Amino acid sequence: MDSLVSHYSRPAFRSEGYSQDEQQELSEIAPSLSLKFALPPVAQSSAWLRSMTDDYSNPNCPIKIAHGTTTLAFRFKGGIIVATDSRATAGNWIASQTVKKVIEINNCLLGTMAGGAADCQYWLAYLGMQCRLHELRHKRRISVAAASKLLANLVYSYKGMGLSMGTMCAGVTPQEGPALYYIDSDGTRLAGNLFCVGSGQTFAYGVLDAEYSYDLSDEAALELGRRSILAATHRDAYSGGFINLYHVKEDGWVKHGFSDTNPIFWKTKLEKGEFSNVTADLE
Amino acid sequence: MASVFSGAPPMSGPGYSFKQTPTVASSGNREHSFYPYTDNGGSTLGISGADFTILAGDTRSTSGYNINTRYAPKLFKIGSEGPDGAGARIVLSVVGFAADGDALKERLDTIVKMYKYQHGKPMSVAACAQRLSHILYNKRFFPYYVHAILGGLDEEGRGALYSYDPVGSYEREQCRAAGAAASLIMPFLDNQVNLKNQYMPGSGVGHALEQRVPEPLPKKDVEELVRDAFTSAVERHIEVGDGLQMMIITKDGIQETFNKLKED
Repeated sequence: MDSLVSHYSRPAFRSEGYSQDEQQELSEIAPSLSLKFALPPVAQSSAWLRSMTDDYSNPNCPIKIAHGTTTLAFRFKGGIIVATDSRATAGNWIASQTVKKVIEINNCLLGTMAGGAADCQYWLAYLGMQCRLHELRHKRRISVAAASKLLANLVYSYKGMGLSMGTMCAGVTPQEGPALYYIDSDGTRLAGNLFCVGSGQTFAYGVLDAEYSYDLSDEAALELGRRSILAATHRDAYSGGFINLYHVKEDGWVKHGFSDTNPIFWKTKLEKGEFSNVTADLE
Repeated sequence: MASVFSGAPPMSGPGYSFKQTPTVASSGNREHSFYPYTDNGGSTLGISGADFTILAGDTRSTSGYNINTRYAPKLFKIGSEGPDGAGARIVLSVVGFAADGDALKERLDTIVKMYKYQHGKPMSVAACAQRLSHILYNKRFFPYYVHAILGGLDEEGRGALYSYDPVGSYEREQCRAAGAAASLIMPFLDNQVNLKNQYMPGSGVGHALEQRVPEPLPKKDVEELVRDAFTSAVERHIEVGDGLQMMIITKDGIQETFNKLKED
Protein backbone atom coordinates (compact mmCIF):
# COMPACT_ATOMS: atom_id res chain seq x y z
CA MET A 1 0.00 0.00 0.00
CA ASP A 2 2.76 2.42 1.02
CA SER A 3 4.60 1.73 -2.18
CA LEU A 4 1.44 2.42 -4.18
CA VAL A 5 0.86 5.70 -2.34
CA SER A 6 4.46 6.82 -2.79
CA HIS A 7 4.29 5.91 -6.44
CA TYR A 8 1.29 8.11 -7.13
CA SER A 9 1.92 10.97 -4.70
CA ARG A 10 4.52 13.71 -4.83
CA PRO A 11 6.75 14.87 -1.97
CA ALA A 12 5.57 18.20 -0.59
CA PHE A 13 8.67 20.17 -1.56
CA ARG A 14 9.61 18.60 -4.84
CA SER A 15 9.73 21.64 -7.04
CA GLU A 16 11.43 23.84 -4.48
CA GLY A 17 15.07 24.87 -4.56
CA TYR A 18 17.62 23.38 -6.91
CA SER A 19 16.93 20.16 -8.78
CA GLN A 20 19.25 17.16 -8.54
CA ASP A 21 20.93 18.08 -11.81
CA GLU A 22 21.34 21.69 -10.80
CA GLN A 23 22.80 20.71 -7.42
CA GLN A 24 25.19 18.37 -9.15
CA GLU A 25 26.21 21.11 -11.55
CA LEU A 26 26.71 23.65 -8.78
CA SER A 27 28.72 21.29 -6.60
CA GLU A 28 31.05 19.95 -9.24
CA ILE A 29 34.55 21.12 -8.58
CA ALA A 30 35.39 21.94 -12.17
CA PRO A 31 32.80 24.04 -13.94
CA SER A 32 31.59 22.61 -17.20
CA LEU A 33 34.13 23.79 -19.74
CA SER A 34 33.31 24.19 -23.41
CA LEU A 35 29.82 22.79 -22.84
CA LYS A 36 26.45 24.37 -22.25
CA PHE A 37 27.01 28.06 -22.82
CA ALA A 38 23.90 30.13 -22.20
CA LEU A 39 22.40 31.50 -25.43
CA PRO A 40 20.04 34.44 -25.87
CA PRO A 41 16.46 33.53 -26.87
CA VAL A 42 16.73 34.88 -30.43
CA ALA A 43 17.14 33.28 -33.84
CA GLN A 44 20.46 34.89 -34.75
CA SER A 45 22.44 34.79 -31.52
CA SER A 46 25.72 35.87 -33.10
CA ALA A 47 24.12 38.92 -34.74
CA TRP A 48 22.53 39.83 -31.43
CA LEU A 49 25.84 39.41 -29.60
CA ARG A 50 27.51 41.66 -32.16
CA SER A 51 24.90 44.38 -31.69
CA MET A 52 25.44 44.25 -27.91
CA THR A 53 29.21 43.95 -27.73
CA ASP A 54 30.94 44.97 -30.97
CA ASP A 55 32.32 48.42 -30.36
CA TYR A 56 33.55 48.70 -33.94
CA SER A 57 30.20 48.20 -35.70
CA ASN A 58 28.19 49.95 -32.99
CA PRO A 59 30.01 52.60 -30.89
CA ASN A 60 26.98 52.83 -28.57
CA CYS A 61 26.96 49.14 -27.71
CA PRO A 62 26.06 48.59 -24.05
CA ILE A 63 28.62 45.94 -23.19
CA LYS A 64 32.20 46.91 -23.85
CA ILE A 65 34.56 43.95 -23.95
CA ALA A 66 38.25 44.53 -23.24
CA HIS A 67 40.34 44.50 -26.47
CA GLY A 68 43.43 45.76 -28.24
CA THR A 69 47.03 44.69 -28.28
CA THR A 70 50.43 44.30 -29.74
CA THR A 71 52.02 40.88 -29.35
CA LEU A 72 54.97 39.29 -31.12
CA ALA A 73 56.99 36.11 -31.11
CA PHE A 74 59.91 34.97 -33.22
CA ARG A 75 62.16 31.96 -33.51
CA PHE A 76 65.95 32.37 -33.54
CA LYS A 77 68.97 30.18 -32.85
CA GLY A 78 68.68 30.60 -29.07
CA GLY A 79 65.01 29.62 -28.89
CA ILE A 80 61.91 31.86 -29.09
CA ILE A 81 61.33 35.42 -27.94
CA VAL A 82 57.81 36.34 -26.88
CA ALA A 83 56.96 39.99 -26.18
CA THR A 84 53.72 41.89 -25.57
CA ASP A 85 52.41 45.23 -24.40
CA SER A 86 49.96 45.36 -21.48
CA ARG A 87 47.09 47.68 -22.42
CA ALA A 88 43.41 46.64 -22.52
CA THR A 89 40.87 49.02 -24.02
CA ALA A 90 37.07 49.03 -23.97
CA GLY A 91 36.09 51.54 -26.63
CA ASN A 92 38.23 54.62 -25.98
CA TRP A 93 38.53 53.83 -22.29
CA ILE A 94 41.78 52.26 -21.13
CA ALA A 95 40.42 49.44 -19.00
CA SER A 96 43.85 48.37 -17.73
CA GLN A 97 47.54 49.12 -18.22
CA THR A 98 48.75 46.01 -16.40
CA VAL A 99 47.32 43.04 -18.32
CA LYS A 100 49.43 39.88 -18.43
CA LYS A 101 49.14 39.04 -22.12
CA VAL A 102 51.60 36.18 -21.98
CA ILE A 103 49.78 33.19 -20.54
CA GLU A 104 51.95 30.51 -18.96
CA ILE A 105 50.31 27.27 -20.09
CA ASN A 106 53.02 25.16 -18.44
CA ASN A 107 56.75 25.53 -17.79
CA CYS A 108 57.64 24.90 -21.45
CA LEU A 109 54.64 26.38 -23.29
CA LEU A 110 53.52 29.99 -23.62
CA GLY A 111 50.42 31.48 -25.19
CA THR A 112 49.85 35.11 -26.12
CA MET A 113 46.68 37.11 -25.87
CA ALA A 114 45.21 39.37 -28.57
CA GLY A 115 41.55 40.12 -29.27
CA GLY A 116 38.98 39.44 -26.55
CA ALA A 117 40.75 39.23 -23.18
CA ALA A 118 38.24 36.80 -21.69
CA ASP A 119 38.28 34.51 -24.74
CA CYS A 120 42.07 34.19 -24.61
CA GLN A 121 42.25 33.80 -20.83
CA TYR A 122 39.54 31.17 -20.70
CA TRP A 123 40.55 29.06 -23.68
CA LEU A 124 44.27 29.14 -22.97
CA ALA A 125 43.53 28.02 -19.41
CA TYR A 126 41.39 25.27 -20.93
CA LEU A 127 44.28 24.38 -23.24
CA GLY A 128 46.56 24.22 -20.20
CA MET A 129 44.19 21.71 -18.64
CA GLN A 130 44.10 19.58 -21.79
CA CYS A 131 47.90 19.67 -22.03
CA ARG A 132 48.23 18.44 -18.44
CA LEU A 133 45.73 15.64 -19.11
CA HIS A 134 47.72 14.63 -22.21
CA GLU A 135 50.84 14.55 -20.06
CA LEU A 136 49.19 12.30 -17.44
CA ARG A 137 47.70 9.96 -20.05
CA HIS A 138 50.77 9.56 -22.25
CA LYS A 139 53.57 10.08 -19.71
CA ARG A 140 55.22 12.74 -21.85
CA ARG A 141 54.70 16.39 -22.61
CA ILE A 142 52.41 17.34 -25.46
CA SER A 143 54.09 18.68 -28.61
CA VAL A 144 53.52 22.32 -29.53
CA ALA A 145 51.98 21.17 -32.81
CA ALA A 146 49.43 19.05 -30.98
CA ALA A 147 48.67 21.71 -28.38
CA SER A 148 48.13 24.39 -31.00
CA LYS A 149 45.89 22.02 -32.97
CA LEU A 150 43.75 21.34 -29.89
CA LEU A 151 43.15 25.08 -29.65
CA ALA A 152 42.61 25.54 -33.39
CA ASN A 153 40.01 22.74 -33.53
CA LEU A 154 38.31 24.12 -30.45
CA VAL A 155 37.91 27.66 -31.78
CA TYR A 156 36.90 26.28 -35.18
CA SER A 157 33.98 24.49 -33.53
CA TYR A 158 32.77 27.89 -32.30
CA LYS A 159 33.27 29.59 -35.68
CA GLY A 160 30.70 32.30 -36.40
CA MET A 161 29.60 32.51 -32.76
CA GLY A 162 31.60 35.67 -32.10
CA LEU A 163 34.80 34.52 -30.41
CA SER A 164 37.67 36.93 -31.02
CA MET A 165 41.22 35.80 -30.45
CA GLY A 166 44.58 35.92 -32.16
CA THR A 167 47.07 33.86 -30.26
CA MET A 168 50.54 32.41 -30.63
CA CYS A 169 51.72 29.19 -29.02
CA ALA A 170 55.44 29.06 -28.37
CA GLY A 171 57.22 26.13 -26.79
CA VAL A 172 60.12 23.74 -26.90
CA THR A 173 59.85 19.95 -26.95
CA PRO A 174 62.57 17.33 -27.50
CA GLN A 175 60.92 16.00 -30.69
CA GLU A 176 60.28 19.42 -32.33
CA GLY A 177 62.85 21.79 -30.87
CA PRO A 178 61.60 25.36 -30.54
CA ALA A 179 58.20 25.64 -32.29
CA LEU A 180 55.92 28.58 -32.93
CA TYR A 181 52.30 28.52 -34.11
CA TYR A 182 49.74 31.23 -34.86
CA ILE A 183 46.06 30.42 -34.19
CA ASP A 184 43.11 32.75 -34.59
CA SER A 185 39.37 32.57 -34.03
CA ASP A 186 38.67 32.12 -37.74
CA GLY A 187 40.34 28.73 -37.38
CA THR A 188 43.66 29.65 -39.00
CA ARG A 189 46.66 27.71 -37.72
CA LEU A 190 50.09 28.47 -39.11
CA ALA A 191 53.59 27.34 -38.22
CA GLY A 192 56.25 30.00 -38.70
CA ASN A 193 59.39 31.80 -37.58
CA LEU A 194 57.98 35.25 -36.90
CA PHE A 195 54.54 36.60 -36.08
CA CYS A 196 53.07 39.88 -34.84
CA VAL A 197 49.42 39.99 -33.81
CA GLY A 198 47.04 42.75 -32.81
CA SER A 199 46.15 46.34 -33.60
CA GLY A 200 49.83 47.33 -33.41
CA GLN A 201 51.13 44.41 -35.48
CA THR A 202 52.12 46.50 -38.51
CA PHE A 203 54.35 48.78 -36.43
CA ALA A 204 55.98 45.80 -34.74
CA TYR A 205 56.54 44.05 -38.10
CA GLY A 206 58.24 47.21 -39.38
CA VAL A 207 60.98 47.05 -36.78
CA LEU A 208 61.15 43.27 -36.55
CA ASP A 209 61.47 42.62 -40.29
CA ALA A 210 64.19 45.26 -40.61
CA GLU A 211 66.41 43.89 -37.86
CA TYR A 212 65.55 40.18 -37.68
CA SER A 213 68.05 37.44 -38.35
CA TYR A 214 68.00 33.82 -37.24
CA ASP A 215 71.54 34.07 -35.87
CA LEU A 216 70.82 36.79 -33.34
CA SER A 217 72.46 36.47 -29.90
CA ASP A 218 70.15 36.06 -26.87
CA GLU A 219 70.72 39.66 -25.76
CA ALA A 220 70.20 41.10 -29.24
CA ALA A 221 67.02 39.05 -29.71
CA LEU A 222 65.55 40.22 -26.39
CA GLU A 223 66.40 43.81 -27.26
CA LEU A 224 64.78 43.44 -30.69
CA GLY A 225 61.59 42.10 -29.11
CA ARG A 226 61.53 44.99 -26.67
CA ARG A 227 62.26 47.57 -29.39
CA SER A 228 59.50 46.25 -31.68
CA ILE A 229 56.87 46.48 -28.95
CA LEU A 230 58.14 49.95 -28.07
CA ALA A 231 57.64 51.09 -31.68
CA ALA A 232 54.09 49.71 -31.63
CA THR A 233 53.19 51.37 -28.30
CA HIS A 234 54.51 54.64 -29.73
CA ARG A 235 52.38 54.62 -32.89
CA ASP A 236 49.32 52.54 -31.93
CA ALA A 237 46.94 54.22 -29.49
CA TYR A 238 45.44 50.85 -28.51
CA SER A 239 48.84 49.58 -27.32
CA GLY A 240 50.88 50.73 -24.34
CA GLY A 241 51.57 50.25 -20.66
CA PHE A 242 54.34 47.77 -19.88
CA ILE A 243 56.55 45.53 -22.00
CA ASN A 244 56.30 41.87 -21.06
CA LEU A 245 59.29 39.83 -22.27
CA TYR A 246 59.84 36.07 -22.28
CA HIS A 247 62.56 33.84 -23.68
CA VAL A 248 61.63 30.21 -24.39
CA LYS A 249 64.67 27.96 -24.12
CA GLU A 250 65.22 24.21 -24.29
CA ASP A 251 64.70 23.72 -20.57
CA GLY A 252 61.63 25.96 -20.31
CA TRP A 253 60.82 29.65 -20.51
CA VAL A 254 62.52 32.50 -18.65
CA LYS A 255 60.77 35.77 -17.83
CA HIS A 256 62.69 38.97 -18.59
CA GLY A 257 60.61 41.53 -16.78
CA PHE A 258 57.40 43.52 -16.98
CA SER A 259 58.81 47.00 -17.55
CA ASP A 260 57.21 50.41 -17.97
CA THR A 261 57.41 51.75 -21.56
CA ASN A 262 57.91 55.41 -20.65
CA PRO A 263 61.44 55.18 -19.15
CA ILE A 264 62.43 52.72 -21.92
CA PHE A 265 61.20 55.17 -24.54
CA TRP A 266 63.23 58.07 -23.15
CA LYS A 267 66.28 55.86 -22.68
CA THR A 268 65.99 54.73 -26.32
CA LYS A 269 65.63 58.30 -27.50
CA LEU A 270 68.25 60.04 -25.38
CA GLU A 271 70.96 57.37 -25.26
CA LYS A 272 70.61 55.83 -28.73
CA GLY A 273 69.31 58.87 -30.60
CA GLU A 274 66.31 57.02 -32.04
CA PHE A 275 62.81 58.54 -32.27
CA SER A 276 64.43 61.78 -33.48
CA ASN A 277 61.00 63.04 -34.61
CA VAL A 278 60.13 63.51 -30.94
CA THR A 279 61.42 66.68 -29.30
CA ALA A 280 62.92 66.28 -25.86
CA ASP A 281 62.70 69.92 -24.79
CA LEU A 282 59.82 72.33 -24.94
CA GLU A 283 61.24 75.32 -26.83
CA MET B 1 -6.72 59.35 -39.66
CA ALA B 2 -4.19 57.80 -37.37
CA SER B 3 -4.04 60.83 -35.08
CA VAL B 4 -7.70 60.36 -34.14
CA PHE B 5 -6.97 57.06 -32.43
CA SER B 6 -3.50 57.80 -31.16
CA GLY B 7 -4.52 59.12 -27.73
CA ALA B 8 -1.91 61.87 -27.98
CA PRO B 9 -3.05 65.41 -27.18
CA PRO B 10 -4.02 67.41 -30.25
CA MET B 11 -1.43 69.62 -31.91
CA SER B 12 2.27 69.06 -31.39
CA GLY B 13 2.42 69.72 -27.65
CA PRO B 14 4.18 67.40 -25.19
CA GLY B 15 2.54 64.12 -24.22
CA TYR B 16 1.31 64.10 -20.63
CA SER B 17 0.30 60.48 -20.48
CA PHE B 18 2.64 57.84 -19.08
CA LYS B 19 1.86 55.81 -22.16
CA GLN B 20 4.36 56.51 -24.89
CA THR B 21 2.40 57.30 -28.02
CA PRO B 22 3.91 57.52 -31.45
CA THR B 23 4.06 61.11 -32.71
CA VAL B 24 3.89 59.93 -36.29
CA ALA B 25 1.62 57.27 -37.68
CA SER B 26 3.35 53.93 -37.89
CA SER B 27 3.52 52.47 -41.34
CA GLY B 28 3.44 48.71 -41.65
CA ASN B 29 5.04 46.28 -39.23
CA ARG B 30 7.70 47.36 -36.79
CA GLU B 31 10.23 44.92 -35.51
CA HIS B 32 11.34 45.35 -31.92
CA SER B 33 14.84 44.14 -31.23
CA PHE B 34 15.63 41.95 -28.24
CA TYR B 35 17.06 44.26 -25.60
CA PRO B 36 17.20 42.56 -22.21
CA TYR B 37 19.43 45.07 -20.40
CA THR B 38 18.98 48.26 -18.37
CA ASP B 39 21.86 50.31 -17.04
CA ASN B 40 21.09 50.93 -13.38
CA GLY B 41 24.01 53.34 -12.99
CA GLY B 42 26.02 53.79 -9.82
CA SER B 43 29.66 53.14 -9.15
CA THR B 44 31.81 50.78 -7.13
CA LEU B 45 35.42 50.78 -6.10
CA GLY B 46 37.88 48.54 -4.32
CA ILE B 47 41.32 49.07 -2.81
CA SER B 48 43.52 46.40 -1.24
CA GLY B 49 46.10 46.99 1.48
CA ALA B 50 48.71 44.97 3.36
CA ASP B 51 46.21 43.14 5.59
CA PHE B 52 42.79 44.36 4.47
CA THR B 53 40.61 45.04 1.44
CA ILE B 54 38.00 47.77 1.19
CA LEU B 55 35.10 47.64 -1.23
CA ALA B 56 32.64 50.47 -1.60
CA GLY B 57 29.65 51.37 -3.70
CA ASP B 58 26.95 54.01 -3.79
CA THR B 59 23.37 52.86 -3.18
CA ARG B 60 21.45 54.81 -5.83
CA SER B 61 19.65 52.83 -8.51
CA THR B 62 18.58 54.63 -11.67
CA SER B 63 17.09 53.89 -15.04
CA GLY B 64 17.52 56.69 -17.50
CA TYR B 65 16.96 59.94 -15.61
CA ASN B 66 14.68 58.31 -13.03
CA ILE B 67 15.90 57.36 -9.58
CA ASN B 68 14.28 54.02 -8.74
CA THR B 69 15.45 53.87 -5.14
CA ARG B 70 17.99 55.53 -2.87
CA TYR B 71 18.98 52.28 -1.20
CA ALA B 72 19.90 49.37 -3.45
CA PRO B 73 23.15 47.81 -2.20
CA LYS B 74 25.79 46.83 -4.74
CA LEU B 75 28.00 45.00 -2.24
CA PHE B 76 27.28 41.41 -1.27
CA LYS B 77 28.86 39.08 1.28
CA ILE B 78 29.64 35.76 -0.33
CA GLY B 79 29.48 32.38 1.44
CA SER B 80 28.00 33.58 4.75
CA GLU B 81 26.40 31.23 7.26
CA GLY B 82 23.07 33.00 7.71
CA PRO B 83 20.90 35.77 6.36
CA ASP B 84 22.80 38.35 8.46
CA GLY B 85 25.98 37.63 6.55
CA ALA B 86 27.95 36.20 9.49
CA GLY B 87 31.03 34.13 8.71
CA ALA B 88 31.61 35.55 5.22
CA ARG B 89 35.19 36.23 4.14
CA ILE B 90 34.62 37.36 0.57
CA VAL B 91 32.77 40.36 -0.82
CA LEU B 92 31.44 40.73 -4.35
CA SER B 93 30.53 44.10 -5.80
CA VAL B 94 28.56 44.37 -9.02
CA VAL B 95 27.58 47.40 -11.04
CA GLY B 96 25.73 47.65 -14.33
CA PHE B 97 22.40 45.84 -14.68
CA ALA B 98 21.17 45.14 -11.14
CA ALA B 99 19.10 42.06 -12.06
CA ASP B 100 22.11 40.41 -13.71
CA GLY B 101 24.19 41.45 -10.72
CA ASP B 102 21.74 39.81 -8.34
CA ALA B 103 21.66 36.61 -10.40
CA LEU B 104 25.44 36.54 -10.46
CA LYS B 105 25.66 37.05 -6.71
CA GLU B 106 23.18 34.24 -6.05
CA ARG B 107 25.15 31.87 -8.28
CA LEU B 108 28.51 32.62 -6.69
CA ASP B 109 27.09 32.53 -3.17
CA THR B 110 25.57 29.07 -3.73
CA ILE B 111 28.79 27.73 -5.17
CA VAL B 112 30.94 29.06 -2.32
CA LYS B 113 28.51 27.59 0.24
CA MET B 114 28.39 24.22 -1.53
CA TYR B 115 32.18 24.19 -1.60
CA LYS B 116 32.30 24.68 2.17
CA TYR B 117 29.72 21.95 2.86
CA GLN B 118 31.54 19.47 0.65
CA HIS B 119 35.14 20.20 1.59
CA GLY B 120 34.69 21.30 5.19
CA LYS B 121 36.77 24.43 4.65
CA PRO B 122 36.04 27.85 3.20
CA MET B 123 36.93 28.55 -0.44
CA SER B 124 40.11 30.58 -0.96
CA VAL B 125 39.77 33.97 -2.64
CA ALA B 126 41.95 32.85 -5.55
CA ALA B 127 39.69 29.86 -6.21
CA CYS B 128 36.56 31.97 -5.84
CA ALA B 129 38.01 34.53 -8.24
CA GLN B 130 38.68 31.92 -10.91
CA ARG B 131 35.24 30.40 -10.42
CA LEU B 132 33.60 33.80 -10.83
CA SER B 133 35.48 34.21 -14.10
CA HIS B 134 34.07 30.89 -15.30
CA ILE B 135 30.52 31.82 -14.28
CA LEU B 136 30.80 35.01 -16.31
CA TYR B 137 32.34 33.21 -19.28
CA ASN B 138 29.61 30.57 -19.25
CA LYS B 139 27.41 33.38 -20.48
CA ARG B 140 29.88 34.48 -23.14
CA PHE B 141 27.19 34.46 -25.84
CA PHE B 142 24.50 36.09 -23.68
CA PRO B 143 26.56 38.13 -21.24
CA TYR B 144 25.77 39.36 -17.77
CA TYR B 145 25.75 43.17 -18.12
CA VAL B 146 27.95 43.71 -15.07
CA HIS B 147 31.37 44.89 -13.98
CA ALA B 148 32.30 42.79 -10.98
CA ILE B 149 34.96 43.36 -8.34
CA LEU B 150 35.81 40.64 -5.83
CA GLY B 151 37.62 41.34 -2.57
CA GLY B 152 39.01 39.27 0.30
CA LEU B 153 42.22 38.16 1.96
CA ASP B 154 44.61 35.74 0.25
CA GLU B 155 46.24 32.66 1.84
CA GLU B 156 49.04 34.82 3.31
CA GLY B 157 46.52 37.23 4.86
CA ARG B 158 47.24 40.06 2.42
CA GLY B 159 44.47 42.07 0.82
CA ALA B 160 43.30 40.56 -2.46
CA LEU B 161 41.27 42.37 -5.09
CA TYR B 162 40.13 40.98 -8.46
CA SER B 163 38.37 42.94 -11.20
CA TYR B 164 36.36 41.52 -14.10
CA ASP B 165 35.00 42.54 -17.48
CA PRO B 166 31.43 41.45 -18.40
CA VAL B 167 32.55 38.16 -19.96
CA GLY B 168 35.04 37.11 -17.32
CA SER B 169 38.56 38.29 -18.09
CA TYR B 170 40.07 39.01 -14.71
CA GLU B 171 43.15 40.40 -13.06
CA ARG B 172 44.42 40.90 -9.51
CA GLU B 173 45.01 44.59 -8.81
CA GLN B 174 45.72 47.09 -6.03
CA CYS B 175 42.72 49.26 -6.86
CA ARG B 176 39.85 49.42 -9.31
CA ALA B 177 36.80 51.60 -9.89
CA ALA B 178 33.86 50.35 -11.96
CA GLY B 179 30.53 51.61 -13.19
CA ALA B 180 29.18 54.97 -14.27
CA ALA B 181 31.81 57.10 -12.55
CA ALA B 182 34.76 54.79 -13.19
CA SER B 183 36.25 57.32 -15.59
CA LEU B 184 36.10 59.96 -12.85
CA ILE B 185 37.39 57.83 -9.98
CA MET B 186 40.02 55.64 -11.65
CA PRO B 187 42.44 58.47 -12.58
CA PHE B 188 42.25 59.71 -8.98
CA LEU B 189 43.07 56.22 -7.73
CA ASP B 190 45.95 55.84 -10.21
CA ASN B 191 47.45 59.00 -8.79
CA GLN B 192 46.78 58.41 -5.09
CA VAL B 193 47.18 54.62 -4.75
CA ASN B 194 49.63 53.68 -7.51
CA LEU B 195 51.32 57.12 -7.31
CA LYS B 196 51.22 57.55 -11.10
CA ASN B 197 52.89 60.80 -12.26
CA GLN B 198 54.13 61.54 -8.76
CA TYR B 199 57.85 62.15 -8.42
CA MET B 200 60.32 62.20 -5.54
CA PRO B 201 60.55 65.78 -4.24
CA GLY B 202 63.95 67.31 -5.03
CA SER B 203 65.01 64.50 -7.39
CA GLY B 204 65.62 67.04 -10.14
CA VAL B 205 63.76 68.43 -13.12
CA GLY B 206 62.76 67.05 -16.53
CA HIS B 207 64.28 63.65 -17.28
CA ALA B 208 66.05 63.50 -13.91
CA LEU B 209 62.73 63.21 -12.05
CA GLU B 210 62.39 59.99 -10.10
CA GLN B 211 59.07 58.18 -9.96
CA ARG B 212 57.66 57.61 -6.46
CA VAL B 213 57.36 53.92 -5.61
CA PRO B 214 53.88 52.82 -4.49
CA GLU B 215 53.49 50.80 -1.28
CA PRO B 216 50.39 49.46 0.48
CA LEU B 217 48.47 52.24 2.23
CA PRO B 218 47.25 52.14 5.84
CA LYS B 219 43.55 51.44 6.39
CA LYS B 220 42.71 54.93 7.67
CA ASP B 221 44.14 56.58 4.54
CA VAL B 222 42.30 54.20 2.24
CA GLU B 223 38.97 54.90 3.95
CA GLU B 224 39.56 58.61 3.42
CA LEU B 225 40.43 58.04 -0.24
CA VAL B 226 37.21 56.08 -0.76
CA ARG B 227 35.10 58.81 0.83
CA ASP B 228 36.83 61.52 -1.22
CA ALA B 229 36.41 59.52 -4.42
CA PHE B 230 32.68 59.14 -3.88
CA THR B 231 31.90 62.66 -2.67
CA SER B 232 33.72 63.94 -5.75
CA ALA B 233 31.91 61.55 -8.10
CA VAL B 234 28.56 62.63 -6.64
CA GLU B 235 29.36 66.24 -7.53
CA ARG B 236 29.90 65.44 -11.21
CA HIS B 237 27.80 62.38 -12.05
CA ILE B 238 24.01 62.21 -12.01
CA GLU B 239 23.85 58.44 -11.50
CA VAL B 240 25.92 58.46 -8.31
CA GLY B 241 24.65 59.55 -4.91
CA ASP B 242 22.33 58.93 -1.94
CA GLY B 243 24.44 56.58 0.16
CA LEU B 244 27.92 55.12 0.45
CA GLN B 245 28.13 51.49 1.48
CA MET B 246 31.57 50.27 2.51
CA MET B 247 32.82 46.83 3.49
CA ILE B 248 36.20 46.41 5.15
CA ILE B 249 37.57 42.87 5.09
CA THR B 250 40.20 42.05 7.71
CA LYS B 251 41.27 38.84 9.46
CA ASP B 252 38.60 39.58 12.09
CA GLY B 253 35.78 39.50 9.54
CA ILE B 254 33.82 42.02 7.53
CA GLN B 255 32.97 45.42 8.95
CA GLU B 256 30.15 47.16 7.12
CA THR B 257 29.59 50.91 7.26
CA PHE B 258 27.03 53.21 5.70
CA ASN B 259 27.32 56.97 5.13
CA LYS B 260 24.99 59.50 3.59
CA LEU B 261 25.86 61.07 0.26
CA LYS B 262 24.09 64.00 -1.37
CA GLU B 263 20.57 63.09 -2.48
CA ASP B 264 20.09 65.55 -5.33
